Amino acid sequence: MPKTSAEVQGMGHSMKRKEDPRFLRGKGNYVDDVQLPGMLHMDIVRSPFAHAKIKSIKTEAALKVPGVLAVITGETLAKYNLHWMPTLMSDTQMVLPVEKVMYQSQEVAAVIATDRYAAADGVEAVEVEYDPLPVVIDPWEAIKPGAPVLRTDKKGKEDNKIFHWEVGDRSGTDKAFKDAEVTVKQDIYLPRIHVASIETCGCVADFDKVNGKLTVYMTTQAPHAIRTVFALVAGHVGLSEEKIRIIAPDIGGGFGGKVPVYPGYVIAVAASVVIGKPVKWVEDRMENLQADSFARDYHMTAELAAKKDGTITALRIKTLADHGYADAAANPSKFPAGLFSVCTGSYDVKKAFAEVDGVYTNKPPGGIAYRCSFRVTEAAHAIERITDVLAQELKMDPADLRMKNFIKKEQFPYKAALGWEYDSGDYHAALKKAMDKIGYAELRKEQAEKRARGELMGIGICSFTEIVGAGPSKHFDILGIKMFDSAEIRVHPTGKAIARFGTKSQGQGHETTYAQIVAEELGIPAAHVQVEEGDTDTAPYGLGTYASRSTPVAGAAGALAARKIREKAKKIAAHLLEASEEDLVWETGKFSVKGAPGRSKTIQEIAFAAYTNHPQGMEAGLEAISYYDPPNLTFPFGSYICVVDIDRGTGMVKIRRFVAVDDCGNIINPMIVDGQIHGGLTMGMAPALLEEITYDESGNIQGGSFMDYLVPTSMETPSWELDKTTTPSPHHPFGAKGVGESATVGAPPAIANAVVDALSHLGVKHIDIPITPEKVWKILKEKGVAE
Amino acid sequence: MATHRIQITVNGEAKEGQVESRLLLVHFLRENLRLTGTHIGCDTSHCGACTVLLDGQPVKSCTFLAVQADGHQITTVEGLEQNGKLHPVQEGFWEKHGLQCGFCTPGMMLTSCALLNRNRNPSEAEIREAISGNLCRCTGYVNIVKAVQYAAEKLQKEEAHA
Ligand code: FES
Ligand code: FES
Repeated sequence: MPKTSAEVQGMGHSMKRKEDPRFLRGKGNYVDDVQLPGMLHMDIVRSPFAHAKIKSIKTEAALKVPGVLAVITGETLAKYNLHWMPTLMSDTQMVLPVEKVMYQSQEVAAVIATDRYAAADGVEAVEVEYDPLPVVIDPWEAIKPGAPVLRTDKKGKEDNKIFHWEVGDRSGTDKAFKDAEVTVKQDIYLPRIHVASIETCGCVADFDKVNGKLTVYMTTQAPHAIRTVFALVAGHVGLSEEKIRIIAPDIGGGFGGKVPVYPGYVIAVAASVVIGKPVKWVEDRMENLQADSFARDYHMTAELAAKKDGTITALRIKTLADHGYADAAANPSKFPAGLFSVCTGSYDVKKAFAEVDGVYTNKPPGGIAYRCSFRVTEAAHAIERITDVLAQELKMDPADLRMKNFIKKEQFPYKAALGWEYDSGDYHAALKKAMDKIGYAELRKEQAEKRARGELMGIGICSFTEIVGAGPSKHFDILGIKMFDSAEIRVHPTGKAIARFGTKSQGQGHETTYAQIVAEELGIPAAHVQVEEGDTDTAPYGLGTYASRSTPVAGAAGALAARKIREKAKKIAAHLLEASEEDLVWETGKFSVKGAPGRSKTIQEIAFAAYTNHPQGMEAGLEAISYYDPPNLTFPFGSYICVVDIDRGTGMVKIRRFVAVDDCGNIINPMIVDGQIHGGLTMGMAPALLEEITYDESGNIQGGSFMDYLVPTSMETPSWELDKTTTPSPHHPFGAKGVGESATVGAPPAIANAVVDALSHLGVKHIDIPITPEKVWKILKEKGVAE
Repeated sequence: MATHRIQITVNGEAKEGQVESRLLLVHFLRENLRLTGTHIGCDTSHCGACTVLLDGQPVKSCTFLAVQADGHQITTVEGLEQNGKLHPVQEGFWEKHGLQCGFCTPGMMLTSCALLNRNRNPSEAEIREAISGNLCRCTGYVNIVKAVQYAAEKLQKEEAHA
């Protein structure tokens, strides 16, 4: 594809970001920056217990604190039937409790005051009396018969099971295992982690009593869906969708954590409606880590069946999914385990079967993504780890084993055993490129020499396949709303444009990349395409930004809306040039008469004519809207190779090198794509080596602040080495696939495989992440090699 | 609650306030002065989103009382641009894509300014160490390092010409 000029800055240009000037000057507008006249502040009383009856809530002392205006409890909300709300997975979740609390740090009451200090004082003064109940923390205990039933609010519920989901050919897979020459089996746990975007969650709810209009400034990745949810949940108290305006201002990182509706938002809205003044709620970091939706918490058992030569014949995975006390996962409605069924990965596996059981425990609700498309990281970890276990069993090089089993380039579009149709790929090329770049053969030699000297060095590979861009509306919806996305473009008389989208950037740079898409399609310089998102009063309806769906879905809508505009522009050009449409040719930014290159009209001239001299019988103006329903998902992929050195004295794992070869199809802005991969790799390393949220048996959270929830700093983060292959998506309007999350999916198994590889000669087959120095040191000690 | 009269020079301008003893500097800047470029990302002094310069030294303004800043000079992100010209550090972050969501960026840039003020030619290791008290969840730090290197070069060039 020829590149547009430096002036136009279409696809493939590393255009500097259009949103940066405001951020660089401290002029971003994040939720906590919103200040409205008369605005009040809300702070939340939280439970110290993981499971307890609420005996009483005394608010008198709090109401005496100077500045405190109101204390809202479950009883207050129950009057309006707003004390419970639905989750995105059609489960229910408390807004504020009336009877009992279900996890430590659960919201118990909210204090409204004139400033945030007074609100915090008020929280201190609220007296709550609890009666502790038996706590169920371990999901394996939770599924045992006789375990205390947690969801006593559900009539007739006699256990803690949420769902059973399965996919694939169970009997065929069982048979393949029975007939197999070799089988391997491994328990793999992906622990609970938290996205911990540097901006926490919050909102300013502003109810205008006179006009009956509710405006909510909110840290949300999906403003339109939120508006509809608010209308559905609070319709019975008079909130009507045309009177609800959700504004997602600048967002300080989302990664999936800003998809759900948290109780705090709902309480702030209720408070503003009742009091008639704007109410701001911004959670602090501990509340964010302790109460917002978590990710992962998948207890998987993965098995592979294979021939002796390494040909994989079948995959079987059984999973117990700990969802906390409510299934508040942010998955498409028909997919309780998300897109976990991409677990056959990059391999041509003929028989596969996967099942997931969801279970309630006394932990915060969730099951959201951590910078990945619905449970894809879990799937990739299972297949990439168990593939290495098989390589070890067969004494085969893990690269050879992968090359042997990869789906071949000519097999695409490829129908996977668990149902997906992979759009395009060239897995051999990506792995080969990564191996060449890192010098794989030499590294293996170095490793052998080091081993002989007793030094611990490992090389880990991960060749992942992602599944993003949800999704075709046949299968994908959230609470019934189909997962299309949208773009609306208006070209002004002077040839400049405004483009609005149904998604919402949280740092991905949409103001730049979307402008480049329009520039590519219309030839209007990206500098003159103003991109707006996040205001439901102005942007077209869309499902939002998560699961790497912005470029695959909304980006496609942008291209198609631009193409509609081009169609109309052609008619106007024909009129202006007094030529027939068939005789016109388009090249970036202008229509010319075939064979008469001097006779042409630029898009700017055409735009002017659209308002000043449009053909008789044609409507004036030059604008279009597109709601794009993708025909299929997109399947980005890549091969990562990680080299680690392990300190025998401390068990510390050091990433010496990390080469990432990504393939996300055609690229809009290479600089931004690299930035996404750098960030994704870092968020992949984080759970691999550092991050984890655990609970003691009383349900006390461990890792509930940045004191012990270890987000990577510049010191642990290596200098990532990137490369790419380009395999366009055949069904996407400009061949893109999406990239924001690939690296988070691909990095953890590469790192885990490298560490296990370093220790494999000692008989180590698997280590659960996070691979902390303590864990490694214990293994070294046990194997007698600690220094 | 006792209140105090304080005087702080913020970005070169004298500012006054009558504040409670417990008021944090970050809230004084954000709420009293409406300089919202200084952000809050944690409650345990770990993230550095709130970093400002106090007499040229980076401090975490979430762990600093407004009254402690009485009589001192504070620089916030809003004070980096001079006469309509971006500071070389701001320019570097833009050129090298050193920011994504922008939330950590003000603190990150002020920490970088302080580093460059004491060391005009820092190595990659020195840059990484200097910014190790500032968390960024988006960028993976690679481009932040490049941004600081860009600024260092630019400052050196400017000085060579001066
Ligand atoms: S807000 Fe995190 S260190 Fe100040
Ligand atoms: S740019 Fe988002 S936290 Fe650094």
